[in-house]
Amino acid sequence: MDYIVEVEHLRKTFGDFVAVDDISFQVIRGECFGILGPNGAGKTTTIRMLYGFSPITDGSLKLFGLNISTRLREIKSRIGVCQQENNLDPDLDVLKNLEVYARYFDIPAKDAHEMALELLRFIGLDHRKNMKSTELSGGMMRRLVLARALINSPELLFLDEPTTGLDPQSRHQVWERLERLKSQGISILLTTHNMDEASYLCDRLIIMDQGRILVLGEPIELIKKYVGRNVIEIAEPSKELQAHIKSKGLEHENTGRRLIIYSEDGENIFHEMSSNYCKEDYTLRMATLEDVFLKLTGRELRE
Amino acid sequence: MTGRVSFRISKRFIRVWQRNLTVYRRTWKISFLPPLLEPLFYILAFGVGLGVLVGKIHYNSVEVSYVSFIAPALIAVNIMYNAFFENTFASFVRMYYQKTFDAIMATPISLEEIIVGEIMWGATKSLIATLIMLGVMSLFGFIAYPQGLLIVPLAFLGGIAFGSTGMFLTGIVPHIEIFNLPIFLFITPMFLFSGTFFPIENLPDWAQKLAILFPLTHLVKLTRSFAFGVASLELLWSVLYLFAFSIVFFPLALFVMHRRLIK
Repeated sequence: MDYIVEVEHLRKTFGDFVAVDDISFQVIRGECFGILGPNGAGKTTTIRMLYGFSPITDGSLKLFGLNISTRLREIKSRIGVCQQENNLDPDLDVLKNLEVYARYFDIPAKDAHEMALELLRFIGLDHRKNMKSTELSGGMMRRLVLARALINSPELLFLDEPTTGLDPQSRHQVWERLERLKSQGISILLTTHNMDEASYLCDRLIIMDQGRILVLGEPIELIKKYVGRNVIEIAEPSKELQAHIKSKGLEHENTGRRLIIYSEDGENIFHEMSSNYCKEDYTLRMATLEDVFLKLTGRELRE
Repeated sequence: MTGRVSFRISKRFIRVWQRNLTVYRRTWKISFLPPLLEPLFYILAFGVGLGVLVGKIHYNSVEVSYVSFIAPALIAVNIMYNAFFENTFASFVRMYYQKTFDAIMATPISLEEIIVGEIMWGATKSLIATLIMLGVMSLFGFIAYPQGLLIVPLAFLGGIAFGSTGMFLTGIVPHIEIFNLPIFLFITPMFLFSGTFFPIENLPDWAQKLAILFPLTHLVKLTRSFAFGVASLELLWSVLYLFAFSIVFFPLALFVMHRRLIK
């Protein structure tokens, strides 16, 4: 297998605090790989180590088969990075943001100019090239950050929460660009806590919590394995219904106000229950990655 | 990124310097004004105003007019101000508020190269201001040539010394308001007591000894000597002092910035 990223027993500690605790995984060349997890799970710490921003505490980390501790500069010239914050250069206009960034990669000015114009067309900002970067909307800034990460034609793209804070239109604009990049053969590694984003983009993903990997797999497989096909949600279930569910041995979760049943055969259960307990407020829906996520990481707030 | 500060610095730091130049060129017309106008204001105020009260001043057993005494010191003060303010407030804004350093660190450029580029840029601003001021002051005949030309490389050296000090502070201050403290304790006393407006020999003995430690004292001594056409071997000590100051604070700046940003 052609691995573009190889992570083995990776650890990161800040004093006594263990942010990333012995994780291992590989990213296959050409795939989109997701790192999911609640706030504080260690996603950003992990991705920051992967793109060479944060030194590793322990373990081994290879990109393109090169050791990150010894070949960092070479690795950095072959990757593109979209950090969590839109750290565009506010002192420069849109076009100059790309051209100056290209200089950091030693790209000659003429090539940089052409590449910058091409990338602005790709993200649909070519008509705003002389605007100040601070005048752009959130969605446009995000696309410009993406274009900037592509200036060196990277083989591997890192995205730390690429669509957090964007409206649905802007989010789909970013997703569409990422799909096109993937079809061009660029490998993508992203963090997100948007489950739609992960299902939509990722070939494989890991769910992390408290610095560890809980599961690794393809989104559809994970849903099948941990939740099943369907989910039935019941608002304020009666005692009789709760007893019925228990007696049938259905896999379920009780959040206090809601009962959530995970099932492979939701339709039959749904019909059976709605004919016997018709007063209740039921919803039958397809299982999603969000169900897997909540089931594995729990429903408590992470603050 | 390694856990320790690295002194393997490639010429890529020039890219960071170039970035600042690109930004500077967008506003150069405004940036040019202070070094152009400031000496004129001072010459007017001190030459026409205060100079009449002070009359002639004795410096190295030569009698000079008060305005020609302070003119080269103004260049020295500007060398200090340009580099120091560039590598404190301006660098801090780029590092902390604009996250410009974070963005650059995702490219093949290392943090150490960013800091070197920033300090070089601070020194470049000192140099630009010096060239403009030299031009203005030459018109008034305050600069003796060819010795006066030595002020040009001196401006860069002084810029490195004060820029490194500024960058060191940028690496340790928790927020931007704290810069007022070193300005109050370090920059302002230097501005007043480094032989800028009166010879340090006028100070009491203990204060003279203290003033000798100020890097600005040495910078003023050098610019004034060069402007008066003096380039004696004895001045080498002052050059060495500025070198020593740079050699201490340059790596210190790299060290504290690494500690601050690499986590």
